[in-house]
Amino acid sequence: MVTDASADQARAAPTIQAQAQPGPTGGGDLTEELLKSGTWTDAMVVAAGIPIVDVPFVTVGGGLGSFITVDYLRIAGVVTDQIRVLSDIDHPWQTYEYLTRVSQIPRPERIRSDSASRPDNIWGFPSYALSEAIRDRTLAPLRQVLFEPMWADFYTPRAGMVFEGIEREAKRIGYFDMLVKGQVRMVRRRQGGGYFTILTPPRARPARRVAYRSQFVHLAVGYPGLKFLPDLQAFRTENQDFYHVVSAYEDHEHVYDRLRVKHGVVLIRGGGIVSSRVLQRLMDDRANLQLDTEIVHLFRTYISGSHGPGPWMRRRGGNGFAYQGFNYPKSVWGGQLKAKMRRLEGEQRATEYKLMGGTNTPWRRSWQRQMNEGRDAGWYRVLAGTVEGMKVREDGIVVSHVKTSNGLLEVAADFVIDCTGLEADISEHRVLCDLLEHSGAGRNPVGRLEVERTFELRGTSSAPGAIYASGAATLGGYFPGVDTFLGLQIAAQEITDDLARRGFCPKIGPVRSTSQWLRWVRNRPP
Amino acid sequence: MLPTLPGRIQSRLFLLAVVGGLVTLIIVPVLPGSAPLGDKYRDGFLVLASVAVLGVVWELLYHFLMQWRWEKDWPTFFGLATSVNEGLLIWLLLRAGAIPGIVGHVGGAAFIIQFGLIWLGVWLVANGPMRVPFIRWRFNGGRLV
Repeated sequence: MVTDASADQARAAPTIQAQAQPGPTGGGDLTEELLKSGTWTDAMVVAAGIPIVDVPFVTVGGGLGSFITVDYLRIAGVVTDQIRVLSDIDHPWQTYEYLTRVSQIPRPERIRSDSASRPDNIWGFPSYALSEAIRDRTLAPLRQVLFEPMWADFYTPRAGMVFEGIEREAKRIGYFDMLVKGQVRMVRRRQGGGYFTILTPPRARPARRVAYRSQFVHLAVGYPGLKFLPDLQAFRTENQDFYHVVSAYEDHEHVYDRLRVKHGVVLIRGGGIVSSRVLQRLMDDRANLQLDTEIVHLFRTYISGSHGPGPWMRRRGGNGFAYQGFNYPKSVWGGQLKAKMRRLEGEQRATEYKLMGGTNTPWRRSWQRQMNEGRDAGWYRVLAGTVEGMKVREDGIVVSHVKTSNGLLEVAADFVIDCTGLEADISEHRVLCDLLEHSGAGRNPVGRLEVERTFELRGTSSAPGAIYASGAATLGGYFPGVDTFLGLQIAAQEITDDLARRGFCPKIGPVRSTSQWLRWVRNRPP
Repeated sequence: MLPTLPGRIQSRLFLLAVVGGLVTLIIVPVLPGSAPLGDKYRDGFLVLASVAVLGVVWELLYHFLMQWRWEKDWPTFFGLATSVNEGLLIWLLLRAGAIPGIVGHVGGAAFIIQFGLIWLGVWLVANGPMRVPFIRWRFNGGRLV
């Protein structure tokens, strides 16, 4: 059994040492020499006139991935002086809240996440359902957890409750004392061990950069960016029309505003959770505001029923959708599928990802009822096919040319909402691209960053330092659910345990875990 | 916690030993029955041991049944509902005298109270508090070692 006795080991651990260096000669910006070199010396950085800040652990991103990792480290016993969060956002839930809000999950709505997946509580206890039951003095959330998923939809927490919890935890662990605002430009290996992380502070003049010299770097930069299907990309590039054809991942409130005052037809593209959310918003508005909006739903891959390779692996589906409670089968976060994926390499792992992956959405009773009403009344229609091209007519109607199994169809709509949610290649992200080009980082079988089981970025070691990565950029590794609350916690735990093995922090054992939980309950600092 | 087979077995044995043991220790003196306290404890712990031993076999069956589930999960309700089949089997074995070492007569009420409280205790702890001391447990499919 694990104990809490590794603190002594932490004190004896190897650390990086500053080197003798000449005085600065540069103007504080990156020099050609720095840009071209994969490994930097302290002297090169000093010569460029870039100020150096020493801190053992730096996390880049400042979103939920950074927050959850820092939360674990703080609970393990790392003090705030040892950690810096380099970020261009003000608080860890900022990007997540933006994305959920524009994709139709405002604070009162429920997100697609499990009751025990709490980014603000590494133990997942009390679960969101239990907290909600206590706060609202109701047994309903607990009843839902007891009967899910057979006789009740999966319990999911309200977005507002999640953000409030993260805010409380961020304050408790001193997150904002560790936050340094700025734009991270690159991470390069340092001769003698560790790394330099180059930050451009906001409104920084005349010294334009700051170099964070650290033994460990953690990358949690989120999604590299949005990607659109070729026809959508062509439409956006050629027409510069962001009014009629919108992305569900961008603010598109004007669509709902316009439908409120004038009848319209909306074409929804995509069959994932975001399409369900957009559909729900349209159907809710239709019911609540007595609108007569018509909806055409286009699926590239139409799922007509249960599907899968055999009786051991069949996922429910119907009416176009593949149904799944969460974005992966539940056991990837700790059960059988997690154990299985941890053993797979290369092509086998990529195949398994394809089997359990694919676009999917939860089967929720209220959505089914609304869609059935729409189908019966004829205001909700479903199509299967791919769009060959789109044009805006003079009257403002968007005509999509859809290739279906019955030939080419023209679909006229006032608005097209793209919910396909494709993600850009990791090389689209400046920091990740630099790592791929200069620091030895490589790609995994599905093309994202290759990480070890410990979430160390393979090929980037600079002993005694290491780079870790978690979140969407590492999808395709030994653990599938990386871009989820629980996935980020699993990554944070692996990273913290690896850092404990390297002597950076104590390993969290049962005694420390319990005492820290009691501090969490009383909202006392770790 | 989403279990793997080794995780199921380890969690069952650990939770029955700790939570089940504690419940048995507390509840036996107040269970109905006129046998001496020593005999009641002996029988109470033998019932607990039976739940553990037979439970390992049950876990094999549950694991097999779980393979038909796409998510490879084991819903919270299943953890509660399986008390019926398991309790029934042990009761039948008790009635048939097939549980070795029982010295007294285990009455129906005493059995229901003890078995029910053990099950409820284990189920409640497994669905939350267990994660407090053992933060890796839920990510390791219920394995403790």
